[in-house]
Formats: sequence, C-alpha cells, structure tokens
Amino acid sequence: MYKIAAMGDKDSIYGFASLGISIFPVEDSADAGRLLRQLAESEYGVIYITEALASDLNAEIQHYASKPLPAIIPVPGIRGNTGIGLENVSKFVEKAVGSDIIS
Amino acid sequence: MAVMNVNPTRMELTNLKRKLVTARRGHKLLKDKRDELMRRFLDMVRENKALRKEVEEGIKQANVAMSVARCVMSDKALDVALMLPTQEMQLEVSEKNVMSVMIPEFDVKFRTANENDIYSYGFANTSGDLDTAVKALSDIMPKMIRLAEIEKSCQLMADEIEKTRRRVNALEHVMIPQYEETIKYITMKLDENERSTTTRLMKVKDMMLAQAHNYD
Repeated sequence: MYKIAAMGDKDSIYGFASLGISIFPVEDSADAGRLLRQLAESEYGVIYITEALASDLNAEIQHYASKPLPAIIPVPGIRGNTGIGLENVSKFVEKAVGSDIIS
Repeated sequence: MAVMNVNPTRMELTNLKRKLVTARRGHKLLKDKRDELMRRFLDMVRENKALRKEVEEGIKQANVAMSVARCVMSDKALDVALMLPTQEMQLEVSEKNVMSVMIPEFDVKFRTANENDIYSYGFANTSGDLDTAVKALSDIMPKMIRLAEIEKSCQLMADEIEKTRRRVNALEHVMIPQYEETIKYITMKLDENERSTTTRLMKVKDMMLAQAHNYD
C-alpha cells in the first residue's frame, strides 16, 4: 500500500490535505531535496510537487525518472502556471521521436 | 565499413554467418518493438497533454477559491480547519507490462466509505470559499491520479523507445554491414586460396610430367 504526498510552499498545497494527501510544506530547496529523497525511499508512490520547487530540484527528480516508482508530478502552485508540466511532456516526445511532433 | 579483425578460416565464416542471421532477426524484432512502442506512446502522450491541461486548469480554479478563503479567514482558523483530514488516500500500485516496459497502474482507495466525505471541518466557522476550493480539488483528484500514472508511463516509455531506437540503429548501420563485409572478405580470401592451390597443383603436375617424360 502506498501513499500520496504533496510538496511545495504551504499555500499551494494546503488544500490537498483535506483529500487525504500527506502534505510536506518546504521553504528552501536544500531541505526540499533531502525531503524528496526521504519520501521517494519510503512508502510514497506519487509525489506532487509545485512547479516552482520542481525547477529547483531538477537533478533529484531526474534521478527517479527511470524508476517505476515514485511518480514525481509537477503541478502549478498558487503563484500561477510556469508551463514546466507541458514542457516536460514535450521533452518526452522529443526524446522518443526526435522532435516535438505534438505541439 | 571496416572489416572485423578475424582469421579468414572456414570456421570463422560459419560462425559469422550464424551471427549475421541472429543479428538480422534481432533487428527485425527490435524494429517491430520500436514501432509498437511508438504507436502506444503517441496515443498516451496525447492523452497526457490533454489531461495536464485539464488538471492545471482545475488546480487554478481551486487556488483561486483558496486565495479568497485565505483572505476571509484568519490563518489560524484555516490551519485548524485543515489540520485533521477525515479522508486518507491509499494508493494501490500494480504494474503492467507494455512491450517489456513496466508501467505503473494506480488505484486509489479511500479510508472512509463515502468518497464525498472530504470536509474536515464544521461549516460554522469557515468560509464558503474554502468549501469551493476543497470541492474543486476533490473533483480534479481522479484526473490527477490518472495524470500521475500516464505521465510516469510516458516517461518510462520515452526512455525505452530511445534505447530501442539506438539498438535498432546500431544493428542496422554498424553490426549487420560489418558482418556482411567480413563474410564477403573471408569468402574472397578462401576462394583466392583455392585458386592459388589449383594453379600450384597444375604447375607441379606439369613439372612432374616434364620430369617423367624427359621433356626438354
């Protein structure tokens, strides 16, 4: 049995708590990296992470890219959408096909 | 393309011919794998993109309501309201094998029987906007789970497609031509040896005949 986590600035992820997702508010990215590793090694199958934080933690996130679990999914935070999510999807296509044919 | 560094012998030739057959078959299989993976990947990535747009829109709506709620309520009241969730999500993960790529499948279980039991607070002291925010998030949740599943799958499949493509290309443009050329080289060399043996024999025969019949 796995659990779902949400990471990011407190304001963005607070709402998720009511749905039964464990929330982990973080402020600076050094702590966040450590926390992400901790979560990934324990029983969390899906980790939602705010886009702002995701761009800081790119290296750590890439580390888990080739493993089946956990799925680390960037979601827009309260400060708006930075477009990282869709950019990632384009990157997958680019990697697989050679150029982004779905844009 | 360079000829491999092998001895031009009959044994080497048989080995290489066998290797060439294997390489050709491997190439065909890998090519089929790549094509099928690509087909599935493209379907998935389209869904991924559509889902992501929906989810991002949904979260935006929830965030708008949340911001309003934060303005109307004190921080402390908001903390208290959300501090103890009634709901707990359990994620059941199974793996599906798609062309030897293990992709995860997520199935969500809720702790309480009623999935709509998401409000962890009394309605007396909270703003209605908080309800809206929580409801909006809860509505988008199934899609978020599906997004997690499909985005991870896309990521894994993109990796696998890249790997398979490299293998196909290596076989098609390096291994197979190399084998073919080496086989050609060995065949030529063996034929040449055979011809030189024949001529030598003819020469020796001539010399022996000349000796036997005392030709001058």
